[in-house]
This record gives sequence, structure tokens and C-alpha cells, in this order.
Amino acid sequence: MSRTIQLRVKRQDAPTASPYWEEYEIPYAPGQNVVSALMEIARDPRTRDGKPTSPVVFDRACLEEVCGSCAMRVNGVSRMACTALIDHLEQPVRLEPMAKFPVLRDLSVDRQPMFEALKRVRGWIPIDGTYDLGPGPRMAEAERRLAYEYARCITCGNCLDVCPQVNDRSNFIGASAIAQARLFNSHPTGAMNAAERLEALMADGGIDDCGNAQNCVRACPKEIPLTTAIAEMYRATTRHGLKKLLGS
Amino acid sequence: MVGGGLAGLMTATRVAEMGVAVDLFSIVPVKRSHSVCAQGGINGAVNTKGEGDSPEIHFDDTIYGGDFLADQAPVKAMCYAAPGIINLLDRMGVMFNRTPEGLLDFRRFGGTRFHRTAFAGATTGQQLLYALDEQVRRHEVEGLVRKYEAWEFLGLARDDAGNCRGIVALDAYAMRIEAFPAIAVMLATGGPGIVFGRSTNSVINTGTAASAAYQDGATYANGEFIQVHPTSIPGSDKLRLMSESARGEGGRVWVPRTPGDKRRPESIPEAERWYFLEEKYPAYGNLCPRDIATREIFLVCRNGFGVDGKRQVYLDVTHIPARELDVKLGGILEIYEKFVGEDPRRVPMRVFPGMHYSMGGLWVDFQKDEKTGMLVEGSPRNQATNVPGLYAGGEVDFSIHGANRLGANSLVSCLYAGRIAGPAMVRHGRDVAAKLPAADGALAAARRKWEEEFRRLATLSGPENPHVIAGEMGDWMTDNVTVIRENGKLRQTEAKLEELADRWNRIGLTDQSGYANREISFINQLRNMLVLARVITRGALLREESRGAHFKVRDLSAPIDEKNALPRDDANFLKTTMATHTPDGPQIAYAPVDTTLIKPRVRKY
Repeated sequence: MSRTIQLRVKRQDAPTASPYWEEYEIPYAPGQNVVSALMEIARDPRTRDGKPTSPVVFDRACLEEVCGSCAMRVNGVSRMACTALIDHLEQPVRLEPMAKFPVLRDLSVDRQPMFEALKRVRGWIPIDGTYDLGPGPRMAEAERRLAYEYARCITCGNCLDVCPQVNDRSNFIGASAIAQARLFNSHPTGAMNAAERLEALMADGGIDDCGNAQNCVRACPKEIPLTTAIAEMYRATTRHGLKKLLGS
Repeated sequence: MVGGGLAGLMTATRVAEMGVAVDLFSIVPVKRSHSVCAQGGINGAVNTKGEGDSPEIHFDDTIYGGDFLADQAPVKAMCYAAPGIINLLDRMGVMFNRTPEGLLDFRRFGGTRFHRTAFAGATTGQQLLYALDEQVRRHEVEGLVRKYEAWEFLGLARDDAGNCRGIVALDAYAMRIEAFPAIAVMLATGGPGIVFGRSTNSVINTGTAASAAYQDGATYANGEFIQVHPTSIPGSDKLRLMSESARGEGGRVWVPRTPGDKRRPESIPEAERWYFLEEKYPAYGNLCPRDIATREIFLVCRNGFGVDGKRQVYLDVTHIPARELDVKLGGILEIYEKFVGEDPRRVPMRVFPGMHYSMGGLWVDFQKDEKTGMLVEGSPRNQATNVPGLYAGGEVDFSIHGANRLGANSLVSCLYAGRIAGPAMVRHGRDVAAKLPAADGALAAARRKWEEEFRRLATLSGPENPHVIAGEMGDWMTDNVTVIRENGKLRQTEAKLEELADRWNRIGLTDQSGYANREISFINQLRNMLVLARVITRGALLREESRGAHFKVRDLSAPIDEKNALPRDDANFLKTTMATHTPDGPQIAYAPVDTTLIKPRVRKY
């Protein structure tokens, strides 16, 4: 028999529907990844035993791990599906939606809370306007290099999916938003509003909810030093709290 | 605003800044838009390297690089605005690479001799997109921008006088169709890469919105000008871009001098490597413009010199210190490593040209300032399509790049389009739209039309699968309407596209769900892609010359060389292709090009 790829996918027809598993078998081709395998199923959607079914719904866009769309659990591991190469995976490849976000349909989840968290930490440089004011502030290349690491966050949600502190009973904003606060606070202009971001991190669901499990930094597909950012922000919020206590 | 990439977010920022409310529609969360994939950098003649670069030279490079097909006034205006745009993004917090003095660093890119490209590692598009995403989020918090993410644009709502009065969109989860009124509408929905099946584009880049607007009456211009990027990583699902910045930082393209040489690349001595771009184009070398580099790589492989006899050449950065590579090219080397499984710091990459960008797109107007040769700032004509009240900007429009885009000019063209479209739309709103009667009837009619259409799509029950039809379309378009074109093949492609359009009618839906039914969406997109494919193919068939990325030969069985190729024909084809939709296919006319500032000359690198 010719080589095939076998997949098991946890499906769910709608946000309130019950999940169920389906199995698929598609022809093997070298260089396949989980996204291309799911796209192959859509060309003739039927289960392993030949029963017609619908294509699996999942989010994807760039297929080169920069848009952040295709995060899911692959063989139990939270990761990007596009860089999950079939040749490196045990079969049947088990696909499930991330567990820390509400399921919309199949492998597609609602990551709006992540974008809301960026609002909470005021993740932007408050420029006065788009008119021409000449160059921005100078910045040392070494500092820029560190900051750039955090600017590469693709808001995929893997760091939240693996975090034990992110669950139904908490509103913890999670590692990615804390790292964004660090990014903007280190920018020469962003530093002018550093206090606002620190206050946001000190509020309910902020940095104090971090339990230091350090799963986030291991799960980040972009290898962003998330725990370094959390430690830095922890010190900064402590200093900020003390300063307030001592008399501003 | 339809589309939340660079052009869309810049427009939204400009409009919100003027105190005007924006509804922003995007098929994906805007932070996941395809601008995120741009790698190498953004051009602007800031001249920090003491080379004597200037906006005027940037202007000339762009016009010359585009083989004189671009209207010149908007290009000049963009090149003069470019340094200010880079400064603005710097102020927004983009982590551009710096010089030891903490100033912005610039690198070289194709089609110019100057260090003109600002960059943030090799993920510049991502960094620029995020900066604008952040600014728009700030306006969202302040209440001026309302986002409709995971909403898909379906079509325009036009009143009896032809004015665009809003849009119809689909909630991609609830599958609800609604009409949204607007004083002005802007499409910034990117390019049509997926029409070619596999490309460097994201899977969302179907061109469906541009095609829908075209079918609703907008003119589509220069559709046949498709950029195939010289260096991408071949893949069965997509062609992953390997940025021109790899060559900008010193990367070299070569093949073994002996066809079929079985040795590993690192054991092939220098003298037995053929650096064909450097040999043929001593002045620009590996940084000759994309249309030329792509053709050369394509032909080298066609002539049997491809690595291992396959369609691939080496892109070699192994002579550059790994540390420097990590700082300047980290993002793209990581992509190569993750998908190919080899370390490009040690082993030359294997690459081949891949469909990348559309120079053509929705036709847009401009108002020229006769004194400066640039644009009248704030004119409502800037970035306006032929449909009153409809604007377009970014890759979805046809302006700026002519017959071939220079690398790192796309990011600046997106941002420039947004910069001028915002004020133009507000001005249109005040001068024109505010005086129009209510458009409730037009909006309701457009909504009904799309509701009925989607009800019909939901009943399709034939034997054809939409993804299979899309695959055939992509293969035909890639084989016949990219690097080398020939009329016989173009005619066959037209016939094939008609066959596919016919088979589209016999598609069967496999997903019956009324929730998040991506298949219905895709079927609608596929029809739009087939329409656009015909525009592209017809434009190529009728353009009896070679210009920029459009390279046409008389005889495919003869050697592909200058004798076989049609020459550039300024007398007949220094003209913009203008496609109008009819039920029988595209109707093509030609419009003059503004060449008042730089006189067309022979293009030779």
C-alpha cells in the first residue's frame, strides 16, 4: 500500500455544540505540514472510512509563521500548524483547538481577548499626529536589538494556551501583553507613558497573577524572551508601587 | 475601509486623525494581514550614507525600473514623501536597525545603486504593520475606529447615479450579510496571488474584493503586469519568499558551470560556479531588477543548468559572518531553516522564482500640481477610482510601479496611498457625499442581491470541488501567464478559464453548515478569481510587446532570447491597459501614460 498521512481532528460545529473526533487519510507527499494536510482534506472531504464530511475549519493566512493565525494543539502540543512538518510528527497526527480560548468552529478559536489585552496595556506610542516632524528619537543599536525581539510577537496565543494561570477563573492578561508593555516602555517616546502601562500591569489580572511556571517562553514559536520581560516588568511595577507608596 | 494591511491602516489613521469615524472591515484580524509578510525593507532617499541619494534619483529609478509605464506625477510625489513616511514610522516606534550613532540604517536593494532601504531585521512589513495596528487600536479605544474583523467584503452599494454609497459584507462566522453605508469607501485589499495557485502570497490574497469591485463597475488597469519574485522557496502549499535583502546584504546567485554537477555546493570550487547575474549585469549584479533577475534564473534552469537538473538555483549567503546574518536577515533565514531543514548560514539556499505581486490593479486617479510635477495635496481625486466615492490604495491599485516594481517600493507605496487617500476621502465626503440624498434603497437592494446569491450558493450540489478547480486555474496561470508569455498559450489559457467558469456552475457544496462556512465563501471568491484571471490573461494577449515583467516571445519552441522576444513598443503600448467588465468578459481599452517629467529611454541595466 502506498504511504499515507493519517490525521485525527477534534471537531466542533459551533461554539455551543459538542466536540467529536474524525479521522482522515490522505496521500503522502514530501514536505507536507499540518496546514497543507488540512487543505488537502478540503479537496475531497471524507473520513478515513470513506464517509463524506465537511472541510475542517481552521485559521491560516501566511503559511510561513508570521501572521500568527494557525495556532492549535498538534499531538497535544500548542504550536503553529504551518511549521508542524508531517515528517517530524507521530501519526495519526492529533489536532485539537487551543483550550484556553472559546472554540468558534473546529480548530478556529476566538483570540479577541489577546487584542483586548493590548488595549489594556496601552500598547502603542502616542504620537501627536502623522504630519512630518522629522526623525524619531535616536536609539542605541544594542537596545534596539533587544526591543525588536519583543516586537516580533505574532499574537498567536501559544503562550496563553500553555499557561496554568490562564483559565476560566482568571482574567490574567498573560505573557504576550506583559512583553508588549516592556517593549513600549523601553522606547524613548513610549517611556514617557511608562507609568500608565505599569499601572495596567498592577491592576486585577495583571502581572501578579503570573505563577512563574515558565511554560510561555518554551511555547513561543518566535523564541521571544517572555520570562525576561516578565521579570523586568515585575521589578518595574514593584519600584513603581514603592514610589507611589513613599509619596507621590 | 475594506482591508487592514498597511494601506488600509494608514488610511484609517489619517481619517480618524481628522475626527471622522471609520468602519474598518477585514477578512482576518488586521494584525494578520498580508503586509506582515513583507521582509526586506522600505525605500526612501534619506541619504544617510553620504552617497548623494535624493528623492529625484529614487523617482528616476522607480520610473526606469517600471519601464516607463507608471504615471509619473504620483511616483514623484511618493518619492519626495518617502523620507517623511519612514520618519513617521520611526516615531511610531518601529524597531528599525540602527547605525552605531543610533540613526536609521539603510541597505541596498534591487534596481538602484544607493543604500535606500530602511529595515527592521528581515521582518520589516511585520514591524510597519504592527506600528499602524497599534495606532489604529489607539483610535479604536478613543472611539473613532470600529473594527469588523472576520467580515468579508462582497460588493458595492451604488445608487441610481452610480455613486458608491456603501458596501455589503459577510460575517464569516454567523454568515450574516449586511449593508453598511459610507460617505466614501476605500479598498485596500491587497493582491491576487492565489489566482496563480501557489505564490509568495498569503492564502487570503485571492483578489476577490478587487474583482467584485471590478464587476460592480470599477476599471481594472494593467492587470497583465505580474511580478514573479526571483527567489522563493518552492513548496507544495506555497512559495515562501526569500527576500531580495539576502542579495542586498551580499548574497550571490549561482549554479554549477557543469549541468548536473552532483557535488555538494560547498565542495564546488569558485572557478566552477557560474554567477550568471554578476557576469551578465556587472553594474547591478545580483541586484538587477526583479523582472530581469527572474527571467535569467528561469532561463538558466530552462537551459538545463538548474541545480540537480531541477528548477532551482543557489542563493548563497554562506560567505557572510553568521552574526551579521542574524541581525540583518534573521527572520528569513529562520523561515528557510524551519521549512527546508538546512542552515542557510552554512549551506547555500535553493530557490526559484515565484509569483509575488501585481503591479496592476484598480485604476485610480490623481490631481497633478503643474508647478511641482507632484500631486495637489488633499485633492479628492487622489486614489479615487472611476466609481464616485470609491477609493483604492496599496497593492490593489495599479499606480506607482508601472511594468515592474522595485523591491522595497511596495511598503512605501502602500503608506503613501494611505497618506493621501485619507484626506481625499474626507474631502469627498464634505464636498460631494454630504449633499447626496439618502441611499437606503441602494443599500437594501445590494444587500438583497447578495443574500439571494448566498442562498443560491448554499444549494449547489454538483460533482465539482472548488479547490480542484482553483488548483487547475493556478497551474494554468503559472505555466502560461507569468515569466514567459506566448499568444498561442494565452489563447489556450483563455479557453481553459472559460471551461473552469463553466465547471464552477457544477460545484457541489460539501459543507452544509450555516455557521463559519468557509467553503461557501471560497466558492464566491473562486468565481471572482476566475474573472480576474481572464482580465490578466486578456491584457497579456493583447499587449503585443515586451515591457518590464511582461515578456512575450513569438515561438516557444525556439531559443528564448532577444530575437525571439517582441521588443518594447512605445508607439502602440506605452499605454495603461484599462479593463471594463462585461458579461462576455473583459473589454480592453488603452489610456495615455503621464510621461511629462522623465522622457522614456531604452531600459538597460
